[in-house]
Amino acid sequence: MTGAPTGAGAPPGPLLSMAGIRKEFPGMVALDDVSLDVREGRVHALMGENGAGKSTLMKVLSGVHPAGTYTGDILLDGEPCAFGGVVDSERAGIAIIHQELALIPQLSIAENVLLGHEATRFGVLDRDANHARARELLLRVGLDENPDVPVSALGIGAQQLVEIAKALAKRVRLLILDEPTSALNEAESRRLLDLLRELRDQGVTCILISHKLGEVVSVSDEITILRDGRTIETLVVERGADGTPSVDEDRIIRGMVGRSLDRLYPEPAGEVGPVRFEVRDWTVDHPTQPGRRMVDGVDIDLRSGEIVGLAGLMGAGRTEFAMSLFGRSYGRYVRGTLFKDGEVLPVPDVAAAVRGGLAYVPEDRKTLGLLLDEDIRHNTTLAGLHRVSRRGVIDQARETVEARRMSDGLHVRGNVAAGTVRTLSGGNQQKVVLAKWMFTRPELLILDEPTRGIDVGAKYEIHLIIRRLAAEGAAVLLISSELPEVLGMCDRVHTMCEGRLTGEVPAGEADQETLMRLMTRTGDRP
Amino acid sequence: MNQTTSGRAGLGSLLRGDSRRYGMAVALVAIVVLFQILTGGLLLTPLNITNLILQNSYILILAIGMMLVIVTGHIDLSVGSVVAFTGAVSAVMLTSWGLPTAAVVPLALLLGAAIGAWQGFWIAYVRVPAFIVTLAGMLVFRGATLAVLGGESIAHLPPSLRQIAGGFLPGQGEGPHLPTLLLGAAGAAVVVWIQWRARARTRAHGLPVQHAAVTAAASAVLVAAILAFTFALAAHNGLPLVGLLLVALIAGYSFVTRSTTLGRRIYAVGGNERAAALSGIRTQRTTFWVFVNMGALSALAGLVFTARLNAATPGAGTMFELDAIAAAFIGGASASGGVGTVVGAVIGALVMGVLNNGMSLIGLGVDWQQLIKGLVLLLAVAFDIYNKRRVGAGGAAVFGLRRRGRPGPGGGAGASSPGAREPASA
Repeated sequence: MTGAPTGAGAPPGPLLSMAGIRKEFPGMVALDDVSLDVREGRVHALMGENGAGKSTLMKVLSGVHPAGTYTGDILLDGEPCAFGGVVDSERAGIAIIHQELALIPQLSIAENVLLGHEATRFGVLDRDANHARARELLLRVGLDENPDVPVSALGIGAQQLVEIAKALAKRVRLLILDEPTSALNEAESRRLLDLLRELRDQGVTCILISHKLGEVVSVSDEITILRDGRTIETLVVERGADGTPSVDEDRIIRGMVGRSLDRLYPEPAGEVGPVRFEVRDWTVDHPTQPGRRMVDGVDIDLRSGEIVGLAGLMGAGRTEFAMSLFGRSYGRYVRGTLFKDGEVLPVPDVAAAVRGGLAYVPEDRKTLGLLLDEDIRHNTTLAGLHRVSRRGVIDQARETVEARRMSDGLHVRGNVAAGTVRTLSGGNQQKVVLAKWMFTRPELLILDEPTRGIDVGAKYEIHLIIRRLAAEGAAVLLISSELPEVLGMCDRVHTMCEGRLTGEVPAGEADQETLMRLMTRTGDRP
Repeated sequence: MNQTTSGRAGLGSLLRGDSRRYGMAVALVAIVVLFQILTGGLLLTPLNITNLILQNSYILILAIGMMLVIVTGHIDLSVGSVVAFTGAVSAVMLTSWGLPTAAVVPLALLLGAAIGAWQGFWIAYVRVPAFIVTLAGMLVFRGATLAVLGGESIAHLPPSLRQIAGGFLPGQGEGPHLPTLLLGAAGAAVVVWIQWRARARTRAHGLPVQHAAVTAAASAVLVAAILAFTFALAAHNGLPLVGLLLVALIAGYSFVTRSTTLGRRIYAVGGNERAAALSGIRTQRTTFWVFVNMGALSALAGLVFTARLNAATPGAGTMFELDAIAAAFIGGASASGGVGTVVGAVIGALVMGVLNNGMSLIGLGVDWQQLIKGLVLLLAVAFDIYNKRRVGAGGAAVFGLRRRGRPGPGGGAGASSPGAREPASA
């Protein structure tokens, strides 16, 4: 399981060579003597925990941090480059696709793909030529859609493909993908990875940033690991005759965290207690299309100290169920009852749900969870202000103390009472959202994709926190698209498909295949 | 990124954060000094300071409400028309109906609140953009003003109303105005007490506090500012009643925005409405009440303005909305919501007011006045954005420091003392 270091002199020479890159921000060194060699026609993965410097390195490469704001050399085809901005790096054939897609939703697929590169005749758009070119590019990324359809009508997976087609339109040589699959479901992810392999075979070189170790191992030819702003090592992935890669996930984790994680998931700590919450016949319609069932007759029991998983593909109705239960924050409530300790608990709005002991940690922490311009303290106490106030007046010193206690308990790195949570890393932001809801002392904690886009180390910490909450007697409902996480963390797993619960399995008896079968039980899905 | 180093604000970044927070206060002082020199000392005469307060009182009142509207992520273009309408209705109630001032004032405030409720309903519950709703309101209430007044002014209002804008604290005949001085001394004592109590509380919770000497210096600067201000006023007629009203409003709204759950909710709704809603905050209700508040403050400004003019005119309050909006933005409010302080808005209004007054004193024409005020607005906001971008990467505490401006019971002086806040870093 050892990866050979690079530099064995294997031809062809590197397409891109970054050497001795150092980048400082006020008060800290983000990159220190980082080197990266990417060979033509390879998929090169860049791995590291959040804050290791991956994004900064890519910003240096793509000219977001222009030449002069860093030290070190960038060689493209052996030629030194000094990009003054993104325009320069694009002209050199480098394209970066960010986590947050940069498409214009109102424009059509074709208009987005060819934005800035439209074919014109005498300054007038040549519709036919553009159409043909867009079709050809869409074919290359395997997107079978009418180019005239507005991008807003596409799912997130298809939008990702449009982004890639847009990069190809610029005759890209080096394609950088930052967490491309974090918002995709399993099928879409697989399709994207297949596309990366195809593009590689067509000579497009890719740099892939991802936290999903499995996909990195399966698709990469080389893996460079960063830690604390330094290059740790570069592993070459050889594939055996049966396709088994020479590098496995443990090897990468060891490089990323500088130690080996013996266990991926913490042990259960407490006893499962009595049933605290019962959901009966919970049914919800689409917010704007009455009669379209998004959640259909869900029955679920939640016990104190128990972690119940809710597994399903994207669009199965898991988030919709969770949010509608949490004070009808989603859709049109049709019917259904929530019982707490055998008595009906009315949850007509979020305030009532919070009073009833419910907490919901949303999937999208930036748009649904955090006040990005506020500090950690104000975010932590927002849902539980009554605990630090008297007759509506906040005791600010006590608030600071309480917030610090919460964030120390969760190992949040950052000053509680200064700076904004916008500047925190993803893992730390997620911990702040967790702190906010733990501050309300929830009896039922609903976690929606709590570790999405979070690095291995922080992920383990968050898993520990969830375990601890359960051990302290909370009932936990864990929604996750990562089946290993569901299996590793939960005592019991419900599967969901098309708004209905399709199965219930004790975690000990479940494996990924069983879950996947149950998750696709109704309807015809590809 | 390495959070441990970026989270701990070093002295440098702390000072930088302070320079932003006090930037506008410093700019205000600079403008005052500039015009003091240009006018040959006319600006800071006791008479002119009194005039400054009286002239700008209604804009200051509007700026406080507008700041809250902007913090929730909205805008209110109708305030000028609402000022005119409530003023007109008040005048009709006083003259045609013969109601006493004591009844007219609460009725006018209720009318303003009802207008705010009307607009807040469309904005918060129907979700029509505030720009549209209040643009409509601007036309509707200007039209209503014309209808109520029949196109003519109502002048010669009863003295009891004129007291609102022209009255002073009662006092003795000779020498400096004693009640004003006593009030100033009491105000200074309260400010110092608040400052030291906050420090003691912070320490009682085991949190780091700044050195006692720093706090003492900050107290000294505040006390000096308040006393200088009161001495100046006492040398003329004493504290105007409007000044007392303003001090109460500024102190009250500072307290509500900084120290109450209500204030925290307003900022949360403006900062991220969906996150606020998922935290159990009734976001629509919050927005609704912010507009009700704006309506009531507009009515208050309408009363003050009508009293000062001693007339209700069809054209009253024209462009007031723009002055109030400019004041809030110059004072550091963010157009995207969630950021802004009462003291900031007050400083912003004073910057505009002193510019107006100073330029008039040196005889600059209205043409130049408009031009310069426009540029000041643009530069202030540009400076703000530049600062955010520059400091954003380093993670310094710009927002944090800015949002929690000192409560300003002493008016604008409240924010003009550097170091009035304990450093939050260990």
